Order: sequence, then C-alpha cells, then structure tokens
Amino acid sequence: MAEITERTVRALARDIASGVESAAAVCEAFLDRIRVEEPRIGAFNTVVHERAMARARAIDAERGGSASLPLLGVPVAIKDNLCTAGVPTTASSRILRGFVPPYSATVISRLEAAGAVVIGKTNLDEFAMGSSTENSALGPTRNPHDPTRTPGGSSGGSAAAVAARMAAVALGSDTGGSIRQPAAFCGLVGVKPTYGRVSRYGLMAFASSLDQIGPLARTTEDAALVLQVIAGHDPYDATSSSELVPDYLASVDRGVGGLRIGIPRAFVVEGVDPEVQGVFGEALARWQAAGATVVDIALPHSGYAIPVYYLIATAEASSNLARYDGVRYGHRAVLGRDDGLSQMYDRTRDEGFGAEVKRRIMLGTYVLSAGYYDAFYLKAQQVRTLLRQDYEAAFQRCDVIAMPTTPTPAFKLGEKADDPIQMYLSDVFTVSANLTGLPAISVPAGRSSEGLPIGAHLTGRAFDEGTLLAAARVLEG
Amino acid sequence: MATELTRAEVMRIAELARLELTSEELDLFTRQLGDIVGYVEQIRGLDTTGVAPTTHVLNRPVERLDEVIPPLSRSEALGNAPDAAPEAGLFKVPRVL
Repeated sequence: MAEITERTVRALARDIASGVESAAAVCEAFLDRIRVEEPRIGAFNTVVHERAMARARAIDAERGGSASLPLLGVPVAIKDNLCTAGVPTTASSRILRGFVPPYSATVISRLEAAGAVVIGKTNLDEFAMGSSTENSALGPTRNPHDPTRTPGGSSGGSAAAVAARMAAVALGSDTGGSIRQPAAFCGLVGVKPTYGRVSRYGLMAFASSLDQIGPLARTTEDAALVLQVIAGHDPYDATSSSELVPDYLASVDRGVGGLRIGIPRAFVVEGVDPEVQGVFGEALARWQAAGATVVDIALPHSGYAIPVYYLIATAEASSNLARYDGVRYGHRAVLGRDDGLSQMYDRTRDEGFGAEVKRRIMLGTYVLSAGYYDAFYLKAQQVRTLLRQDYEAAFQRCDVIAMPTTPTPAFKLGEKADDPIQMYLSDVFTVSANLTGLPAISVPAGRSSEGLPIGAHLTGRAFDEGTLLAAARVLEG
Repeated sequence: MATELTRAEVMRIAELARLELTSEELDLFTRQLGDIVGYVEQIRGLDTTGVAPTTHVLNRPVERLDEVIPPLSRSEALGNAPDAAPEAGLFKVPRVL
C-alpha cells in the first residue's frame, strides 16, 4: 500500500472510513512530512498541529456516525487569505499581523462539515497580488520541483504544500490566474470555478468581480471531490449562484468523445516557450486520440486582457483595501503626541502594505480618480464586454477552449521581481477566465527538458466545470 | 495621447489612497506607475463606441428575504482592535480635532 502522504484524497477518505487508517495516523503522517519538507519549501504561514490533531482524534472517536463523509479525515491546506475562526489569518501582510478571525469562511465550514482536517494556512503574495509568492511579507515559497524557482502565485504556498505532499489537497483563490498558474508550475490540477459557483464569504476581497475560490489537487478526481463540497449557493454571499451543483465525480470519467476543443491559434503562438508549445501540441494530440475534435477559433480582444485586467483589478483593490486603516484590526502605527487620525491612517497603511500592494492601490486610485475614470476604468469595462462577446461567439463553435496555462515553466526566484509588467505578462493566458467569469482548469500536460511541470489550460461555458474535469482527466492517462 | 505621470501627481494619488509614502517610494512609483500607465494605455486606441460596459459577468440577480440574522457579538467585533473600549462598545482612535 502506498505511503499515507502519497495517497489521493479519495483513497485517504476511503481508508479512514473503512478503518484501514485512523484519522490521527493520517494527520500525524502529514505533520511529520511538514517537519521534514517545510524548512526547504516555506509553504506555510501557520501550521495548526494541535487543532488538526484534536480534530482528527474527534473524527476517530465518532467514526461510526460520519463514515460516509467525502473528505473524512483528509488533511487540507488553506490559503492564508481565507478566514479561519481562531487561527491567525494574515493574507501574508504586515497590516494583518495578529489578526484572528472570529468566524470561518464558508468554504472552510463546508470542508470541515465534509470531514476535512485543516492542517495549516499557506503563504501567498500579499493580498493575493502577484504571480510568484515573492510579494509575501513572510518571505517567498520555493517550488518543490526546483527550490531555486518560484512555485507561482499568488496561491504558491497552497500549490507547494500539495506538491511536496505536506497536505492532501489545498484551497486557493484566483483573481487572474492565482490557482491555475501555481498549479501549472507545481504539476497539479487547479480549478477556477465559474464566478458565483463558490461562496466568497470569508475570503479577503482583492477584486470582488474577479475573485473565486477553488481547489489545487494532485488528480482531477481529487479536485472534483473538493469542488463538490465547496460549490453551491450561500446566503452570506449575494453573488453566489443558486444554479444546481452537478455530480462532478461522475463527470470526471465521461471522456471527450465528440468534444470540440477550440484553439485560438493566433494568440497561443506569441512569446510562448518552444517546450511549452511542444507539450501543448502533444496534449491536443491526446485529446484528439481520445475522440475530441480540434477547431480553430479567434478571440480578437484577448491581447487586451492583461491591460483590462490590471485596470479593473486595481480599481476594485483600491476600494476593497480601504478597510485596512488601523482602526478595527491588525497593525496600527505608533504615533507621536501631535499626530491625529489622518496620520494614523496614512502611516499605518504605509508601514503595513508591501510595495506591490501599494503600487496597485495607487494605480486603482488613479484610474478611478476624476478625469481618468472614463478613459481608463469605464473603457476597460467596455473592452471587458468585447472580450466576453469573443468567448460567447467562440462557444458557438466549440465546447471548451484550450491554451497553455503559462508562457513558460516556473521561473527563477528574483527573475521578475523588479519588473512589474514582466510579472503581469505571465498571467496572459489566465486572466480572461476571470474577466469573463467563465470556469477554467489547469492540468499537468508534460514536463520541460529540465523536468519542470507544464500545464494545459481549458476554459468552459459558465457552470460547465464537469466538462473541464472530464477533459483534464484524459491527460492524466 | 501618452499620459505623463509627474511626481506631484503621484503625491496627489498617494493622498487620495491614504498612503504616507517615503521620498524613495515616491521616486520609484513615479517611474513604475508611469510605465504601467503607458502599458495599459493601449486600450484607449480601441473603438468602443456603443459598447455597454460590463457591470456583472453573469447578470443573474440573487434575491433574498429581508430578515435579521444574528451578527457578530460586540466583543467579537472589538476583539481584534488595536485599541478599544470594550465596556463602552467602542473602537478608539486618535483625536480628530
């Protein structure tokens, strides 16, 4: 039998339910793994040893009654921008130092109700703003496949934790690619669900019209199991959808017979690493061999997706992050005798936020300010409409749209740290799914000559996560 | 058409954003924000006459009953405050006047 930390989510839940393993033994195995791997990787902001073991023992004590839970005793890692009652939640920012949320995000309540054991909170680019996890106030996370490289971002800690077998599965959040890009860099399956498919209640808001929570998993089946648990309407999130949640696990093995896969050829060529192109071509061949057909499509406005994304995401961020002002939680600057409320706000925010967060707050403030609103923000929302129309037209001709997830495999730590625009361009294939609200998945498709994972990316119709999972499954062989 | 971003303008944005930037940060951001604005400005060349701006991606309004649900308790709400007067149920801040 495989070592505990090598088993899938499905196998772990089954082994615990049948009594082959205790939840406590499973939890201990992952905590042991964290002791060994974490010094090399730096995936976690907080490991909740005692809370996790207490919960695992409670599961063992009452196993008779809960044996059918889908995630029974499964250790999960949670991105540290998801509020977890009683556990420090920092968004990897100095400004939330010491913050202990009084409530849990809906996704965490749902995971725990399904039997999952939260094992720790994972590192991220501060407030999820970045593509490398280097923008963390707590230091970068390293890629388990090559510790000199980034695991991607912003959910880099979640991706690295699962790739290094320190958690069976993890949750991330995705505003422009923050689940899918780290999944690609770390050799995992990452799902950005349809906007509204998963409740955002308890997620620290970055860009509210783009943010979604989703799983980072080792297999599509594991991703489907977790998505099943977290999807569905939540009265605490008015943007969450009442659309029926289908049986995702049943979708996984549906195959791709008759599936039409659209390829935006003109868009996929530019600036893409030849090895990534090669792996993507092989993925297409495998889909075709499994019964899918490939059709050429055009997404004429996809070249504008990055600028549109940075205008809209920063505008929303500048508003969302206004709440961090030193009054209700987190850091407050030490003040002099003559300082008043204004100095408290301004100094607290300057001390509390890192450079990238400040840059984005500044850009967002600028594009919303008088005289620039129409030229930048409103214009971006118009181009967003054109981009959505591109996808609507494409889905007349195909069922899913395929691209590489990223233009290159994982880059070196520090490689793009001083060049914000180069960093932004690494999200070129992922941001459109957030701007359009459509579901998307990244699935491991192959490796570079250096052994680095390369991901394939699929976008689907709204609420059609099932088809994405089925197509991703085919690449797992 | 290129929009110039001056140091004075960056100072004005920082004021609006409630950030007390250091002199080095002002220099850095003047350069970097100028680059970023120069980059995103490419969308201004696109003709969007008559295109409705996106307000919501799925356009499926969700309604709910107007019911009172139990909120966080006052002590929970104040529990993370850097400075509070729990007995009075208040957050404390420096003087305003």
